[in-house]
Amino acid sequence: METLLTPTLELDKEGYLKNPAQWTPELARDFAAKANIVLTDKHFDVLNWLRAKHAEGVPLTIRKVGASGIVDIKKFYELFPGGPLKVSSKIAGIPKPASCI
Amino acid sequence: MKSLVILGAGTAGTMMANKLHHALNPVEWRITIVDRDNVHYYQPGFLFIPFGLYQPEDVVRPRTDFLPKGVTFIPQEVDRIDGNHDQVILSNGQTLHYEVLVVATGAEVVPEETEGMKAELWYKDIFDFYTFEGSTQLAKKLQNWQGGNLVINLAETLIKCPVAPLEFTFLADAFFEDKGIRDKVNITYVTPLSGAFTKPKATAMLSTLLDEKKIKVVPDFYLARVDNERKVLVSYDEQEVPFDLLVTVPVNKGSKMVERSGLGDEDGLNFMPTDKYTLQAKKFDNVFVIGDATNIPASKAGSVAHFEGEILLENVLSYIQGEALEARFDGHSNCFIETGHGKAALIDFNYETEPLPGKFPWPLLGPMDLLKPTRLNHVGKLAFKWVYWHMLLTGKTLPVPTHMSMSGKIKEETV
Ligand SMILES: Cc1cc2nc3c(=O)[nH]c(=O)nc-3n(C[C@H](O)[C@H](O)[C@H](O)COP(=O)(O)OP(=O)(O)OC[C@H]3O[C@@H](n4cnc5c(N)ncnc54)[C@H](O)[C@@H]3O)c2cc1C
Repeated sequence: METLLTPTLELDKEGYLKNPAQWTPELARDFAAKANIVLTDKHFDVLNWLRAKHAEGVPLTIRKVGASGIVDIKKFYELFPGGPLKVSSKIAGIPKPASCI
Repeated sequence: MKSLVILGAGTAGTMMANKLHHALNPVEWRITIVDRDNVHYYQPGFLFIPFGLYQPEDVVRPRTDFLPKGVTFIPQEVDRIDGNHDQVILSNGQTLHYEVLVVATGAEVVPEETEGMKAELWYKDIFDFYTFEGSTQLAKKLQNWQGGNLVINLAETLIKCPVAPLEFTFLADAFFEDKGIRDKVNITYVTPLSGAFTKPKATAMLSTLLDEKKIKVVPDFYLARVDNERKVLVSYDEQEVPFDLLVTVPVNKGSKMVERSGLGDEDGLNFMPTDKYTLQAKKFDNVFVIGDATNIPASKAGSVAHFEGEILLENVLSYIQGEALEARFDGHSNCFIETGHGKAALIDFNYETEPLPGKFPWPLLGPMDLLKPTRLNHVGKLAFKWVYWHMLLTGKTLPVPTHMSMSGKIKEETV
């Protein structure tokens, strides 16, 4: 994981990027490779949307992504298998989604 | 004369009508509250009805029994809020002008959101217990049910009273044990969350209990549809869980009125964007939101509505005086969790602090154990019904601090 753990990149306990400003598309590809995902343009559309919403301070949920007009929930699961919001947030370089209450 | 309008005469609206009636000068202010009918349900009681622990009549009262004399009650559906013109439009066409509006239209279950939920098997083998109708129908079903696969499912992560489905599960386990047919029932708890609950320490305690009671948990299961023919739940990633009897918590949404007003959050769930500290609507300065209707990251629970009420009262008064809104809600939530056989656990938390073990200094019943099933907590849970009808709705101050206190709690380092 040398590519990720360069001294300038700080990750939290669970491997999420601490400072979203350090994100680059290359970094996203590295994170994605770890999750066995090869990123397409569609993936990047989702990632950019997530990053924009995070910057606005909007708490994210799977349902919100499904209502984004970019992907529906089904497609979101196909693009980021497993826990799609957790997986995509990590690749987008934003914090782990806070579980709701 | 100035006008203050409250939409929704449920837990939060009724409580605010009482508090504001006390605080505002009746010569200067007219208070009006609107709800679609005159039937108030004690929703926490819906949990006990399926097991015959409460009877339907225990949970129903006329709304007007709890509204003060000087407040006008209008039994009408609210069509929409026209915030640009400071008015509310009712479905009979009547308009209500306001200087200050309090939105307390709550959350409701919408089974129609999920494909196959409200279909052939609805109220035959598929039930909710979040409505009066659902819980009373389920009571009939459970009387004669002989066993099989009982599945409890949450269709969405954001639901009111997030512990209620777990409580239902524990009570079902005890119910079948008392009936002598527990060995004929497989209980499975299917949730979109990664564990039994949202907060780590409470999840650990609850997972242990679920294990002890031989209840299987299927986490990370996000429901896409219900296949009525094969009687299986299907997730978005094509996992399947078969059921004989499904008890679902359908998708929870805010009132359709919020959607008609164009004031909902962007997830389409119709909760209103609200400042999480001041409880002022994000869009209009003279509109405040309380209870389940908000989109703030706090539990949707009656206890939360109560703590918010103290803050909202102060901020509405400040707003009327033209002062800055200084009272701040800390996300305080406090709830009992029924664990079956006459015991309950208690959790107390806020925006920053997750539920911790320790003691809760309850002024009337004495110190209660946090995060641990005890008989005294169960007494507290049952006492909540009395407190609800006699103190909470009528806006009396409960003997529990509005802001969460660390007193009695044990922080992680020392546990
Ligand atoms: C099964 C269950 C168990 C629960 N257990 C607990 C518990 O143990 N402890 C706890 O603290 N909380 C519990 N709760 C949660 C608690 O009941 C709610 O959080 C609380 O009632 C919220 O109050 P509210 O005023 O925001 O909404 P509500 O009390 O639901 O009131 C909303 C009102 O608005 C009205 N309304 C909505 N739209 C319109 C419209 N367009 N026109 C006119 N009127 C409208 C509705 O008719 C309703 O009367 C439980 C809930 C359920 C379902």
